[in-house]
Amino acid sequence: MGPLVEPFLANEFMLRALLAGVLVSIACAIVGTFVVLRGLAFIGDALAHGVLPGIAGALLVGLPGMVGAAIGALAMIGGVNLITRRSRLSSDTAIGLLFVAMLALGVVIVSRSSSFAGDLVGILFGQILGTSLEDLAVQAVATAVVFAVSLACARPFLLLSFDPEQADVAGFPSRRYHLVMLVLVALTVIVSFQTVGTLLVFGMLLAPAGAGALLAHRVEAMMAWGAGIGIVSTYAGLLVSYHFDVAAGATIVLVAAAIFFAVLAGTNLRDGLTSARRGPDAPASGPA
Amino acid sequence: MSPPGAAAPAIEARGVAVGYRGVALVPGIDLTVAARSSLALVGTNGSGKSTLLRTFVGLLPVVGGTLDVLGTRPGGAPGRLAYVGQFHATGFVLPLRAVDVVRMGRYPDLGLFGRIRSEDHDLVAAAMAAMGVAALARSPLRSLSGGQQQRVYLAQALARRADLIVLDEPTSGLDAGGRELYLQAFAAEMARGAAIVTATHDISEAVEYDQVMLLARRVVALGPGAEVLTADRLLDTFGILLRDPHAEHAQRFVVAEVAHGHPQVIDVGPEGGPEVVP
Repeated sequence: MGPLVEPFLANEFMLRALLAGVLVSIACAIVGTFVVLRGLAFIGDALAHGVLPGIAGALLVGLPGMVGAAIGALAMIGGVNLITRRSRLSSDTAIGLLFVAMLALGVVIVSRSSSFAGDLVGILFGQILGTSLEDLAVQAVATAVVFAVSLACARPFLLLSFDPEQADVAGFPSRRYHLVMLVLVALTVIVSFQTVGTLLVFGMLLAPAGAGALLAHRVEAMMAWGAGIGIVSTYAGLLVSYHFDVAAGATIVLVAAAIFFAVLAGTNLRDGLTSARRGPDAPASGPA
Repeated sequence: MSPPGAAAPAIEARGVAVGYRGVALVPGIDLTVAARSSLALVGTNGSGKSTLLRTFVGLLPVVGGTLDVLGTRPGGAPGRLAYVGQFHATGFVLPLRAVDVVRMGRYPDLGLFGRIRSEDHDLVAAAMAAMGVAALARSPLRSLSGGQQQRVYLAQALARRADLIVLDEPTSGLDAGGRELYLQAFAAEMARGAAIVTATHDISEAVEYDQVMLLARRVVALGPGAEVLTADRLLDTFGILLRDPHAEHAQRFVVAEVAHGHPQVIDVGPEGGPEVVP
């Protein structure tokens, strides 16, 4: 039991990192569920790239990184919206280029000041082992907000995931609740950059919720699976990082991605076996 | 059509034009759908059926004219309206059980925070029983066949207890048993007081409705099915109408509805009313 628990009891930074990871896992599981169900992965990716120049710019002029991240997220949502409305044919090209441009802009801003060039790695991949009590408090508030808003909007969010038109007809305007959803994704990305970094938060949004989608038959269960997988990934990732002296945030995301692919392989195998047993006329099971 | 003293009409259209982005696809629609009555829209793909239905439920803005739905603007009374669109659930990752989908039919009445009461559970159970999917309540939606999923969507519309039910090709994908349950369940909804508007390719089904509107990017005809479904008008609506070469008398036609996949044979009787041989 020693090497599995002792690192967290003997080192306060490890305990803080674990708590931060648990909070991030819960927020990411809730928001990630809607990212997966609504097919918003590209928005999550856009935000993950878009906040980098915002954070770098804010640090350059002496503002809190989170303020810059918020501005970057807003610019990115606006930019993606504008592109998808204006150009129908080449929107994926334009959006992809926008991602890279934002990333490049972030790197350019960081390189402008040699003093925090080292922070680039911290922004992209997080500094979970450097989590302060203040960071923990911010993360706790953000997770509570994500939880409360998702609970309040549970019905419109479910309708929106089922069919946006049904949400409209049922009197829950799909545009309004889509915007609320985007704000929650942005909030999660902005707050989580301290912990897992702007690039890796995308993995925490997708991997646990994606595995949950394969395992669960209800949306609540999907979120619970996602949170559980995220928490296990955090714990295992921190432990591996501690014992083998490798980057903590990246290890956490690697564990989460490994769990996702294991679940994907397992469910494919299971579905393959059941449809082989049922014969070719059985209804398709699982996502096509 | 509307018996005296009945409630306000479910749909009242005066000179309505429907379409996309302000461009009229079907102009000049004058129509009244009373409570407890039904209307079938008949036409080919692209004739404007879905556009009209989507305008009725408020998903598309009215392009011109005045349209009152349930005594207000389209989409203004969500608690009294049910809609089942042409929904294709293939490749669906949403982890939902059939009963969760039907339960969504209660959301407009419940709002954001209303607690689900026992009468809501009863309505959901009754709707699933009516469509013959009670035994599938706890099955994941994605494990159901296309026809079973369509029954679940129709059960969702039933669970809403709406005053106006709008259905876009409700029987597509349903087997014979499903069609029979659909007709029974929605006849019961009309007896309860609901108005029903559907789009269909199926002329034999359209005859069952109080009113039939033939659409071909314009209103070809509107009225009781027996008056509307004549050879000339079907020719106008579908473009192709073949005289059946094997028919004893010359009054028998085949509607070659290429999009729908199977031709339908129509006997135009001595009084001009149709008798449909599917």
